[in-house]
Amino acid sequence: MTRPYPQQAGGVLLTVLAFCLGLTLVFTLIANLLPQVEGEAPVEKEVDLGALTMDSFVALGETLFKGKGTCTLCHNNMGRAPDILASNMVQDGENRLKDERYKGKASDVEAYLRESMLDPSIYVVKGFGKKGSNDSVSPMPVVDKAPILLSQLEMDAVIAFMQAKDGNDVTVELPKEAPAEVAKTETSTAAPVESASTPEAVAAKYGCQACHSMMATESPVGPSLVDAKSRLNKEAIRQSIIDPAAVIAEGFVDMMPKDFGDKMTIRELDLIVDYLSADAAAPTPQDAVATTSTTSTTGENQ
Amino acid sequence: MKRDILLKPISQVPIFKVTGLFIIACLMVALLSLATDFSPITTAHAETVAAADAAHDSGHQEAVLDLSTAAPKLKREDYPSVGVSSRGLVWIVAQLHLFFAAFVLAVPLFVLVIEWVGMKTKDARYDDMAHEFMKISMTAYSITALLGGLLAFSLFLLYPQVMGYMMRVFDSQVLVYALLFFFESAFLYIYYYSWYALRYGNAKWLHLTIGLGLNVVGSTLLVIANAWATFMMAPSGVDIATGAVTGNIWEIIKGPLWNPVNLHRFIANIAFGGAIVGAYAAFKFLSARTQEMRAHYDWMGYTANFIAILAFLPLPFAGYWLMAEIYAYSQQMGITAMGGILAWLFIVQAVLIGTILLAGNYYLWSGMSRTEGSKRYAWLIKYIAMVLVACFLVWVTPHTLILSANEIKQLGGSHHHLLGPLGIMPAKNIAVNLMLIFTFLSFQLYRRADKVATVSYAPALNALMVAIYVVAIANVIFAGVYYGYFTNTVYKVGSSVMQVVSTLIVIIAGVTIDAFLFKDAKKLPSIWGQVTNRSQYALFALPIAFTWLMALMGYVRSSVRTHWHVYTVMKDNSPDNYVPAIGYAGNMMTIATIIFLIMVLFIFWIASLADTKQANPEEAQS
Repeated sequence: MTRPYPQQAGGVLLTVLAFCLGLTLVFTLIANLLPQVEGEAPVEKEVDLGALTMDSFVALGETLFKGKGTCTLCHNNMGRAPDILASNMVQDGENRLKDERYKGKASDVEAYLRESMLDPSIYVVKGFGKKGSNDSVSPMPVVDKAPILLSQLEMDAVIAFMQAKDGNDVTVELPKEAPAEVAKTETSTAAPVESASTPEAVAAKYGCQACHSMMATESPVGPSLVDAKSRLNKEAIRQSIIDPAAVIAEGFVDMMPKDFGDKMTIRELDLIVDYLSADAAAPTPQDAVATTSTTSTTGENQ
Repeated sequence: MKRDILLKPISQVPIFKVTGLFIIACLMVALLSLATDFSPITTAHAETVAAADAAHDSGHQEAVLDLSTAAPKLKREDYPSVGVSSRGLVWIVAQLHLFFAAFVLAVPLFVLVIEWVGMKTKDARYDDMAHEFMKISMTAYSITALLGGLLAFSLFLLYPQVMGYMMRVFDSQVLVYALLFFFESAFLYIYYYSWYALRYGNAKWLHLTIGLGLNVVGSTLLVIANAWATFMMAPSGVDIATGAVTGNIWEIIKGPLWNPVNLHRFIANIAFGGAIVGAYAAFKFLSARTQEMRAHYDWMGYTANFIAILAFLPLPFAGYWLMAEIYAYSQQMGITAMGGILAWLFIVQAVLIGTILLAGNYYLWSGMSRTEGSKRYAWLIKYIAMVLVACFLVWVTPHTLILSANEIKQLGGSHHHLLGPLGIMPAKNIAVNLMLIFTFLSFQLYRRADKVATVSYAPALNALMVAIYVVAIANVIFAGVYYGYFTNTVYKVGSSVMQVVSTLIVIIAGVTIDAFLFKDAKKLPSIWGQVTNRSQYALFALPIAFTWLMALMGYVRSSVRTHWHVYTVMKDNSPDNYVPAIGYAGNMMTIATIIFLIMVLFIFWIASLADTKQANPEEAQS
């Protein structure tokens, strides 16, 4: 039974205050239990063109694609825009250039990709046009205008990434002009790209130890990686991650996931490849050739 | 007695005190803005003008722009530092000002309606209640003005370049705002202090007219201030490349998001105001010392809850419109809010809205104990509660989970095979629409509890009402499941319209059918004050959740600009130009909410203190 006239105003005040604080703290607790990610603003820095390799240029393109360019906000597997990461953009570009719906002036894929970033409505993939435009107007913003503001160099890097990620030759030339300003790699307003920063973190993120013996854990499912460096050179290790079905180790079956090349960032791939090939024998001439030949296509790993 | 006001020294009359404070604040703001405008041009602004001039001279500018109004390109050193986070300071002060402003603009809106109802029904209870609502908002009004002045000072002190640009863009419109505030003060005080002087006959009409004037001015203030916020989100009337003004003031004000924000804030303010006065009624109810007072404040709490929930029901639809316009303006901005870094905030939003709906429903169920007639419907309550809780759980199910590699392996992916589908929008649309429909059902049952229909066609109307509920619920579920999971994205969005229409039909049909059904109905006795003390805490839960929700959604609205002061026009290069983590943002919201709640409780206490009279010791002795 409730007391009819229970408290003085002061007593009610304190009880109510305690209730208010308690409920407010519940909401605060929930906010603090959720994933804590900050969206950093682009910070401009200079690129040392002298030290720029095609690998790092492609890596820059990927970072821009997932960061400052905010491409992955829409170009993902959520169906908002064509999933570029899951498509071979060179093949798609060639097909679109032949399509009668194409309204641009490009004659090759590189020019088409650049054109599509500067004037996205030159070709709108069916089903992805603005509502009511019958797929003639793209909702995509022009990338060299605000709020994205990619520079010429940055657009070239993104094109290089789109070409390289599926193993196609990169036709974009490395920039040679005066240093240009580009965005820092960690820049992102999109869903966070959480790149592992150590080989151990990469192995944990992709569950390598679930099948392979490595890093003080043992598993008989796949070949041991403790001695990987004695059997494979650096490029072979890289290939076995990107395309595990290419060479199947004797005594094992083809069961390794084929999508690590898509899922891993270039940095993560480099970290784990460097780790597995650490202390390997000095590169043979064959290795050197392999390295040189892949400088323009390292992006295929992605 | 009311004429005493004319006999007091001017500084002792509250109206002149507060208005005087506000005028001083306005004058200082105007002076600061003029100082910002005419002070020697700062480096950042000078560089922008020089660059734009150069572009202009070299023929790159196609149209003639007034480059003196261009947006400056700021560097880190252009932001004054006071040793603490400038954004943090402005965040708290702005949020507090907005809480109070929303309250004082909303209360006169429903007070006017209640006063009009009192006049039409000749029931003095309505008139007294309306006056008491106004009494609460009077103290809040002076706090709003003080916080507004503090906010202006903070902005001009900490973001002088940004405010300088905003002043150049909005120009004399800012002074119109200040002038309107003067009129608002005048209308407000005349409306409140003339309440009993203009209570009957034609004088009442005059009083209502003053109230109407108060609301017209108040709503105008609201939409003017909204224009500043929406300009920063989706600028119009300026050159995007330089930020220079190209249009007239109307073109600047009427950006693509202005009207959606106007509608959303207008409705939300009413819900918020209703919730706050509901808490006041609950406070008075709990501290009441007579049955008469309990009955009065129980009725007041019921009315306030009615206002809050009634305004809250259409709010999600106004939110849909706002978000649709954001997507239409910039798909990138829309996805940043709904699918990007801010997306997790909507889990917190689900918790808050779930709290509001559960508290609102609980209060209605508790209130049914006021009448014996409610026993007819008591069996339904447990089913309504089950649906609400189930929908709430669906709503808070996240889309993706942060998992370790081992957990991903055990789960077979980052999405649970059963719960994963509940994390996407179609499931949440079903949940929120069902929660609204069942909340309306609670409300309808409550309204029916003390009535017995006497019309001959009552069974037919009841059957029709049940059929409408069944069809609407089936439609909401079908549209969500079929179009949400078995068709592409375009249809997913379209299906939400079907669901919203179904919900609205239930609400409109329910109100209409009940109007006919209970014509000449038999009224069962209803005893005001016969509710549990526990039920009153639902009336406190509502404003707490509303306040936190306002802070949360305001944060989302502002943060979609990411690293821009004025989106696409003026970059934010301050040390705080990143989107903070949810935990930090939540802590800031909590700080603002707690300060606000303490101030509101202080207002309640002051209001109750005003009713307390000390006994004359000499009379007691004799």
